[in-house]
Order: sequence, then C-alpha cells, then structure tokens
Amino acid sequence: MQSVFTGPAYVVRDNIDTDQIIPAQFLTLVPTIPAEYEKLGSYALWGLPEADYPVRYVREGQLDSEYPILVAGRNFGCGSSREHAPIALGSAGCRIVLAESFARIFFRNCIATGELYPCELTSRLCDRVKTGDVLTVDLDASTVRLHATGEVVPLKPLGEVRPVIDAGGIFNYARQTGMMPARG
Amino acid sequence: MTLTEKILARAAGRARVEAGENLWVNADILMTHDVCGPGTIGVFKREFGPRARVWDPRKIVIIPDHYIFTADSNSNRNVNLLREFVREQGIEYFYDVIDDPAGTWQFDPARGDLARQYGSRYAGVCHSALPQKGHTRPGEVLFGTDSHTCTAGAFNEFATGIGNTDAGFVMGTGKLLIKVPETMHFRLEGALPPGVMAKDLILHIIGEIGFDGATYRAMQFDGPGVATLTMDDRMTIANMAIEAGGKNGIFPFDARTAEYVEARTRLNGTKREYEPVEPDRDQKFVYELVIELDKLEPLVACHPDPAQRRKARELESVKLDRAYIGSCTGGKTSDFIEFARVVRGRRVKIDTFGVPATPEIVHDLQSTRWGEKTIWQILLEAGVRLTENAGCAACLGGPVDTFGRINQPGLKCISATNRNFPGRMGHKESQVFLASPATVAASALTGHITDPREFLPA
Repeated sequence: MQSVFTGPAYVVRDNIDTDQIIPAQFLTLVPTIPAEYEKLGSYALWGLPEADYPVRYVREGQLDSEYPILVAGRNFGCGSSREHAPIALGSAGCRIVLAESFARIFFRNCIATGELYPCELTSRLCDRVKTGDVLTVDLDASTVRLHATGEVVPLKPLGEVRPVIDAGGIFNYARQTGMMPARG
Repeated sequence: MTLTEKILARAAGRARVEAGENLWVNADILMTHDVCGPGTIGVFKREFGPRARVWDPRKIVIIPDHYIFTADSNSNRNVNLLREFVREQGIEYFYDVIDDPAGTWQFDPARGDLARQYGSRYAGVCHSALPQKGHTRPGEVLFGTDSHTCTAGAFNEFATGIGNTDAGFVMGTGKLLIKVPETMHFRLEGALPPGVMAKDLILHIIGEIGFDGATYRAMQFDGPGVATLTMDDRMTIANMAIEAGGKNGIFPFDARTAEYVEARTRLNGTKREYEPVEPDRDQKFVYELVIELDKLEPLVACHPDPAQRRKARELESVKLDRAYIGSCTGGKTSDFIEFARVVRGRRVKIDTFGVPATPEIVHDLQSTRWGEKTIWQILLEAGVRLTENAGCAACLGGPVDTFGRINQPGLKCISATNRNFPGRMGHKESQVFLASPATVAASALTGHITDPREFLPA
C-alpha cells in the first residue's frame, strides 16, 4: 500500500466541525449515488468563513482540491455524525488529515469508509505551516516532513486502523480478512 | 462497572467488561432518518447485495424529520427513497410523512410554512419521536445515524450516533464493533432554581469540561438531583453529551423512567419488556464533578462553540436580530411552556421562530390551556411565528427555503437548539447563541441577551 504522500497542505485551526466541512444544505446529496459523491467533493470545507479562510479548499467550479493533505488543530470533525464529512474530503482528493486531535465519530467514519487517513500529531503543526506549504507524510515511518525547512515531525502511529483504511473501509477489510464472505 | 459498561457487557454476552476493550455488541434498535437513511441503505445494498434483507425489520426505526418541509427536490426524493425501502423490507416502524402508501411526498410551498402538511403517521424529530413512540427502553443498545442519538441515554440505555457505513453494517448484521468508553461522573445535588433549566445545567457542564472534554467517553449523570429532573429535562441533558464530544450520556433508572416507558410502549404497541441497569459499588470513573443545581444561573454559550459559556446577565449588551425555539434539545412541550411563562401577555421585539419537535407536541400546545388561552395562542399573541410543521427545521440550517433559516450574513440569533458552530443555522457569517427556552424568551422580549428571571415573579 502507498505509504508516502507528498503535496501541498491546506491549513485550518481548532474545532473545525462537520458543518464547516460539509454544510447541512448539501446533505441532500446521497454519497452512495456516484454523481452525488462527486458533487459532495466540490463542497468540501465550503462552510469555512471566508474572512478567516480567503483561499478556498476547492476552487469555485472545480470538483477536486489541489491539497491532498489537510493540517488541523484540536478536535477536528466535531459535531454531527454525517459521514458526508470524510466523504466530501475524500471525494475532493484529500488523502490525509493531520490533526492534534479528532472528534470520535468523524475519526470512526474515516476508518469505516476508508476515505482518508486521520493521523494524530504529537505537536501543534497548524501554527507552523501555511496553506500551500508542501509536506511529505510517511505512514510507515509515522513522520511528516516540512519541505520548506526540512524539519521532520512525528505522528502517532495509525496502528490497527491503517490496514482497514488501506483496504478501503470496514467492509473490504472484513472480506480480505475472511470475516465476511468474498463477493460472489 | 458503570451504567454504560453494564449495558455493553450484557449486549456483548459478557459478565464483565472494562473501558478500552473492543467488543461486538448486539443492537436493540437501529434508527435512521431522511438525511443519512438513503446513504445507509445505499451501503447496505452495495455490501449485502441488491436483494438482501435487513437483519430484523422490527428493530429498524425510520423517522423522516430533517429536510421535509422544503421544495428542494433531492430532499423530497430522499423521503421517497426511504418509503420505497420500507415497502420492500416490510419495516413496521416507519413514521411516514404522508398517509397514502402509494403516494409520493412533495412539499407544497404554495400552502405556506405554517400550516400542517403531514399525515397521521408522521412523528417529527427522531430523538423526541423515539421515546414518544415507545422505542427507548432501559438497558438497551440504540444506534442511530445522528449524533444526537445520545438523547435516549435519558432512559437508562446506551445510545450513540454512528455513520452510514457502520449503520449499513448494523442493518445487515445487527452487530457493531465498539470500544467501551471510559466514564465521566457528574453527580447532581439539589434542585434547579426558578428560571434555570436543564439546558443551563448541560451548558454549565460543557463549559466546565470543554467541548472536546468528553471525547471518546461516556457521561454518567446521577446523584440525588436526578429525581428532581423530568424525563424532558434528562433528554435535554443527555442530548448535548455530544456537544462535549461524548460517546453517550446516561441516567440511572427510576420510577419516572418506568412510568414514561411503560406508558409509551403501551400506547404505540412496541416491545414492553426491558431490564434496567443499576449502578454497582465498584464503578471506575476517569473524572468526577459534583454539581449543586441550586447554585446554577441562566447561561448562554456564545458564538462559535457550545463551550463558550457565560452568564446571561453578563451579556445584556449583546444585541440580537432573532430568536428561535425548537429542535430535539429545546422543542419539547415543557420547553414551550417555560417559554410561554416568560412571554405570556407580552410582545417579542425581534423575529422569533417556534418549531415544535413533534406533531404530538403541536397537539399538546394547541390543547393545553393556561387560563383562557392555549399555550399555542399565548405564543402567537406574543408575536412568535409558530409552525405546525414539526421537524428539525433551521436548527441545522438545511435547504435555503427551510423555515427560520438564517439566510443573511451578520445576523445574531439566540436559540434553544444545541449547536452554534459557524454557519450552523444557515449563513456562515451569522452567529448563534445557545440558551434555555426561558432565556431565549426573555431575550426575544428585549432584543438583547436577557436573564429570564427579570420576567418571572420573585
């Protein structure tokens, strides 16, 4: 499985809730309908107030983001249980969220869907990098490298969560490991 | 073991469990609604096959409630997707919006926002409807595709919110792998003073521990103060466990719980047997807080998160544009009665919206008299825009034509709901202040944040 991810990061602060990740007005879209899955991506992080976040995560008129890595502060994904949140990010092309801490349901939904890797940082990164900075995340080594300075910061290992996301979510994992019968 | 551990042990067929263990637990009820139901059904069909049957059609409860009274075509379609699935699977507990099983749901904006547009089965906001319709029972495990599923912890059960993929798994198997949470202990002593409501208590707790203070944890509320709290009060408190990041909130079982559950299961013909859990002597808590209810005051959680706790009386300088009462947190009969106690015989100064959580609450308000007038009339005469279309409405913004939605930037709204993150009730440049129904009422009368005790007899 891919272990190393390099790309520009999008940086947000503490307590980014699911309404900011995907506002409620877009929850009319059903994630298991392919066209609506794509559309959800175009609204990822649409709810961030423009005054604080003048650069949009997904450019107007685009379905995908230029930022495969998201850097956040504490309590990322708090609020509702909407699975549309990790799905919108994943659909937009986000592969990894690096946060100081995650809200429980969001974290679990990342694993269940296999949409993206929710990685916990051991220190606060969102004050030290800015949107557009290039990072390299190495999941095997549990590190993040900041290209601008060459600095390497540690991540908490994903542990048993990793193979579930590698497999593409709990159902695929259950089939791969024989917990569920393979598709006929 | 704590109350949460005891329920999870039983649901996993184990004599003992400890916090941190991962367990397969059996679900007693899976609840879903119009926002997450279609996606859950999509996962279920994708993973178990187009002709798969749900694990138990009597244990799945489907309650359309979020985006019902909107002309948004996807929203109307989503209700119809639920109806199709219910027919196909023979799901008994489906609280349909319309009565005609062969019909198609479509909201008619020409009939306006206020007059009732639903049939006889419609049940309103899922977290209020579940207990009213006899689906909450002590000792059980309830999973729901909504973070406020934790409301049902008021009934001495383990209730928590899950995503569509997990719900799709439960739909097919009746089981879910979950981690046993550590328990935080909130011991309640005394009784709430006049003008102070259960909402103030939970805002106080979230203010104390922070709004990620209970992440991955169970919040157990017990102590002698619980006996003074009604079931509505307990629901308000358990409802907002998620606003501190909690996995679940839970109350002990008592005579009030029994009375409510027995009446409701009988009324709706749902399962009547249940087995409550009692606290053990050897409970292990990771945190303890004693709360003297008599000392609490009316509180407000300021923009932009539910832990921004301040005393209402210290915020008199905050001018407001609108007030809102409704939702699973603040839209119950008792919430409207406390609101009416403040506004009775007076007029609101700012735009004030009222959305009862369920049709039964609409009926209560239209039939409960206070002197010459019903509660409903008292609110209308005070200038409140009240709708009979019970549902989630503007608590979470919703489609742009949602009743009470904040569609302009810069507006400040005081609300009896549960969340005030940026954009929660509509426009992302608006602000929401969370408060009790009494504080919302007093603030609606003055146009600024106001301690309700100013309007109550001393």
